[in-house]
Amino acid sequence: MTTITLTVNNSPTALTVPPMKRLLDVLREDLHLTGTKEGCGEGECGACAILFNGELANSCLIPALQADNATITTIEGLAINSAHLHPVQQCFLEQGGAQCGICTPGMILATHHLLAHHPNPTEAEIREGLAGNLCRCTGYMRIFESVKQAITLTPNP
Amino acid sequence: MHADPAQYVLTAPTTLSEALTLLAKNPGQHTPIAGGTELMVALAAGRLQQKSLLSINHLTELRFIHVTPNAITLGANTTFTDIRRNPTIAADLPLLTQSASWTGSIANQNRATLGGNLCNASPAADTPPALLVYNAAVTLISAGAAAGETARRTIPYTDFHLAYKRTALRPDELLHSVTIPIPAASHQHFIRKVGTRNAQAISKIAIAALALTANQTISEICLAAASLADRPIRLYATEAALTEASLAPADFPTTLRQARAALASESHPIDDIRSTARYRSAVAANLLEQFLCSLVS
Repeated sequence: MTTITLTVNNSPTALTVPPMKRLLDVLREDLHLTGTKEGCGEGECGACAILFNGELANSCLIPALQADNATITTIEGLAINSAHLHPVQQCFLEQGGAQCGICTPGMILATHHLLAHHPNPTEAEIREGLAGNLCRCTGYMRIFESVKQAITLTPNP
Repeated sequence: MHADPAQYVLTAPTTLSEALTLLAKNPGQHTPIAGGTELMVALAAGRLQQKSLLSINHLTELRFIHVTPNAITLGANTTFTDIRRNPTIAADLPLLTQSASWTGSIANQNRATLGGNLCNASPAADTPPALLVYNAAVTLISAGAAAGETARRTIPYTDFHLAYKRTALRPDELLHSVTIPIPAASHQHFIRKVGTRNAQAISKIAIAALALTANQTISEICLAAASLADRPIRLYATEAALTEASLAPADFPTTLRQARAALASESHPIDDIRSTARYRSAVAANLLEQFLCSLVS
């Protein structure tokens, strides 16, 4: 067991966990942040995506020890407050970008990361930015519509 | 389904020198882990044999891109995102930028490292064909004779992959960096990967090429492939067949025929879950032909 300190959704936290425990399991089991989902468990589907030191990462592939001193944003940390969703979340809601919801937290964080690096992405950049996030429900078109609405709403989400 | 993480030990030395000392004390006992995009998959699948791992991801000594007029050196911890965001690499080593862009998804590119890609030594890995045609060299480091000293050796990258998933890296060594000479601007660069889908596919086959032509003749050519043998390979026989080969319209069919024959002589692909040996050989030859046609047009 090893003790790590990390900041999750602006809250500093200290935890004692096995060093090779997947960050995904630390978030879900130890911190009870179950918004981060497990899809494939091998970095292919993006359901477990989080922002790790500001960069999109699959939390199923990060050993807990490597999260020591990290700053993490999960889907629970994105909303502005309890009354106001983040603009990207609001756009997914309005455009029907979510159906069963398993891919949605990762999709929204991937969109957030995309718009942070490409405030005005091309169609190709949108598709590439979300290529690591698999959705089995929507057929992606409503997700792309959600991203396009988010571009117009906020230049730098 | 999942392995019990409590069965594994992971240590994170504070400095590179400390990491090398640990490796030297018990060579082969600790498996280095950088971005985790390969070993964490093995862990989740319950097939990670190594129980003791050494985290090197945080070692900033290994994360750098150093540019000189003649060469670019990338530290082993350089991520694929670092590569993609570097405009000098995009301008001077476009095959490396291109191969980095199709190495997994963006989330994986943010974590996965060049050093991990090379040391994992998959015959299907994306960056090796580019590094092979660019005549890269790899620098390997280990603990030196005196405390705090580092021993280093630099070998051609063509000598790094010894067999299936076997490399020249000794158990007490870490890959430090990859140095790539910048080709002259007149060289023509080509790389193409064939996979199941565009995003984050593992190659069925990939070919990289670098060539110089003059007076409708190939004066220099370097070719390399992924998934055409048990390791990433340079295609020396095909290069020899094409050096000084004519690109003139009357000779081009002969040049193509000789190139295809030479490629077949050194292709040793396998049947596996991703493709068949026959498909790989056929598509590799087609990719080579596509490149040669691009030299003519």
